[in-house]
Amino acid sequence: MAQSALAISRKTGISAALLVLALIVLALGAVISRAETGAGLGAADWAAIRFTVLQALWSSGLSVLLAVPVARALARRRFFGRGALVTLLGAPFILPVIVAVLGLLAVFGRSGWLNTALEAAGLPAVSIYGFHGVVLAHVFFNMPLATRLLLMGWQNIPSERFRLAAQIRLTPRAMFRAVEWPMLMQVVPGALALVFVICLTSFAVALTLGGGPRATTIELAIYQAFRFDFDLGRAALLSVVQLVLAGGMALLVLRLVPDITLGGGLDRMMPRWDARGGVQRIVDTIVIVLAALFLLVPLVAVVWRGVQGWAQMPAQVYHAAGISIMVAIASIAVLLGLALPMAGWIAARKADGGEAIGLLGLSASPLMIGTGWFIVINPVADPFDFALVVTMLVNAMMALPFALRILVPPMRDAVRQYGRLSLMLDVQGWRLWRVVLLPRLRAPIGYAAGLTGALSMGDLGVIALFADPDRVTLPLQMVRLMGAYRMDAAAGAALLLLALSLGIFWICDKGGRWRAEA
Amino acid sequence: MLKLDDALIVQDDFRLEADFTLEAGRKYAVIGPSGAGKSTLLGALCGFIPLARGVMLWNGQDITNTSPAVRPMTMLFQDNNLFPHLTVLQNVGLGLRPDLGMNAAERAKVEAALEQVDLAAFAQAKPGNLSGGQQSRAALARVLVQARPLVLLDEPFAALGPALRNEMLDLVQDMAAQTGAALLMVTHAPDDVRRIADEVIFVEGGRAHAPRLAAALMDNPPPELRAYLG
Repeated sequence: MAQSALAISRKTGISAALLVLALIVLALGAVISRAETGAGLGAADWAAIRFTVLQALWSSGLSVLLAVPVARALARRRFFGRGALVTLLGAPFILPVIVAVLGLLAVFGRSGWLNTALEAAGLPAVSIYGFHGVVLAHVFFNMPLATRLLLMGWQNIPSERFRLAAQIRLTPRAMFRAVEWPMLMQVVPGALALVFVICLTSFAVALTLGGGPRATTIELAIYQAFRFDFDLGRAALLSVVQLVLAGGMALLVLRLVPDITLGGGLDRMMPRWDARGGVQRIVDTIVIVLAALFLLVPLVAVVWRGVQGWAQMPAQVYHAAGISIMVAIASIAVLLGLALPMAGWIAARKADGGEAIGLLGLSASPLMIGTGWFIVINPVADPFDFALVVTMLVNAMMALPFALRILVPPMRDAVRQYGRLSLMLDVQGWRLWRVVLLPRLRAPIGYAAGLTGALSMGDLGVIALFADPDRVTLPLQMVRLMGAYRMDAAAGAALLLLALSLGIFWICDKGGRWRAEA
Repeated sequence: MLKLDDALIVQDDFRLEADFTLEAGRKYAVIGPSGAGKSTLLGALCGFIPLARGVMLWNGQDITNTSPAVRPMTMLFQDNNLFPHLTVLQNVGLGLRPDLGMNAAERAKVEAALEQVDLAAFAQAKPGNLSGGQQSRAALARVLVQARPLVLLDEPFAALGPALRNEMLDLVQDMAAQTGAALLMVTHAPDDVRRIADEVIFVEGGRAHAPRLAAALMDNPPPELRAYLG
């Protein structure tokens, strides 16, 4: 029956998709045209490739490995604050990378809380810089994501299985093998794949915690070739490498990636009859406490240090904050302009799979696109004049895969339920959007907009390539303060950035649900 | 009035043939086993499903490929007849102005229709705050303002209790009498057929049979219909 409900204009949707494709393909073409293959890849480049893959392997492995006990404990324990903790697991998604890095530095850094404690105990200090630091930061970001995916896996196990297992008195070990292990085998590959791909294109973490010949990701190497050596040929060549590696990997593994529902894991709790033993209860408690501390302490540190450093913030910080807000709002507008028609087109299609176009954005690295567009613009105009425009476009594109995953299912429902009625009443074209689709999708639109705003607000990618003193976003301003060892001022800026990111998310998300009915 | 000439409706591997004429102002019941294609037939009449073969004529004019919006008919679906985010007034108003921009005269017309279905007090309510019967009446009010010469009912009252359903069918009949519209309604209940229908279209075995007079058909059903009625 679905074919009858095609009341949505396909043209706009396809045009939006083609625009996204053109943005990527043009950048790619520019990069390939300028890539200097003559010299080939140097030793430093190979080191960057090795480091990128190695840290991504470690980061995804550790994230998922640590997520298993946390998700298991959360799935079978009910305690005060469980809901808040599950919500907190979603926070790193909208947390600016640079803010988290500052929080991690406050805890694990050279003069951080951990090393102060170690020193007091007469133990040797640990260093957060280099490989360890990069992996630590990636685990901080992705362990919560993996936990939520696994938690959903646990909650999707039919409760009858647990009842049956209780009736035949399975031991906890047998229970794990019969019920939980098969579920893990299904969910873990997807979680690993997703985290691995995310870590492959890591830039901000590597920029702040990595660096040097032994801890440079490809993304960072592009930046350095571009910014420090102004070697466009090498930046272009590295971009091609990045695209082949991350894009190829994404195409290979993204089929495994499960649906990302950021609201998941909150609802019903199933009664469990196993794992009532004292030892397991203690283990679960320890796991939950440790996970909560790992997430909370760096955030508390950001707030604590931020309050102290607030007064030290130079005026540029506020200027940068203003630019960031503008870029974020523009990114939201661009994202909605692309995602809504695309979602409408995908939802009206009979076959699934249109979301794949959005995934292109995930596999294309922001710095590759930035480099490409620099090359495109350079002959005709001053690329630095377009710094904010390109940033805004790239930010919107990076949010596109998530926005489509949020928007397409409710859009599909709306078309299925009201497509015929709208068609019969001649509610079509722009009218269909105004009268039916936009009101029906208010909540998911607000959510997608909030996510985009927060991601854009905290983004540190393309802007680092293009930045000049006049056009600095807040995250970049923070990096500059950190580079100048003005850590107090940076901490104040981090708090401001944190507040802005969460604020824009909250406003959009709440705005979408405000006085919304059925 | 409406003529299906050698029509074939194809949906995936389902096929339904139809060749008949509907007359203005008559009331037709569409009966037949589940899955025989009753809803498909209505979908094709309304223009949601294209004809694979044949033509559809309205007073001699070919409407085979026109959009559902411009066809001289309106339909009540099994569910989702109202937009939950719009008020009752807006939902009914969509029947006149698909862009929601009603003028005073149109608004008065909508309010009169709501008055007629006893929903005047609920004009500003959202459908979610209405009972099932009230929701059906709101949908009927829209059919009333649309005033199309043919009204298709795809079991819109199936979820209502027997008393409420009879009430709705009476209301539909009143409205049809008022606007002079022809009715075409899918039903499973032989009682409904006797209660309302002038003629019956029996859908079975990949064919929508031409309408036959209801009383004669129900009193002396052919073997396939007898098998269906039990």
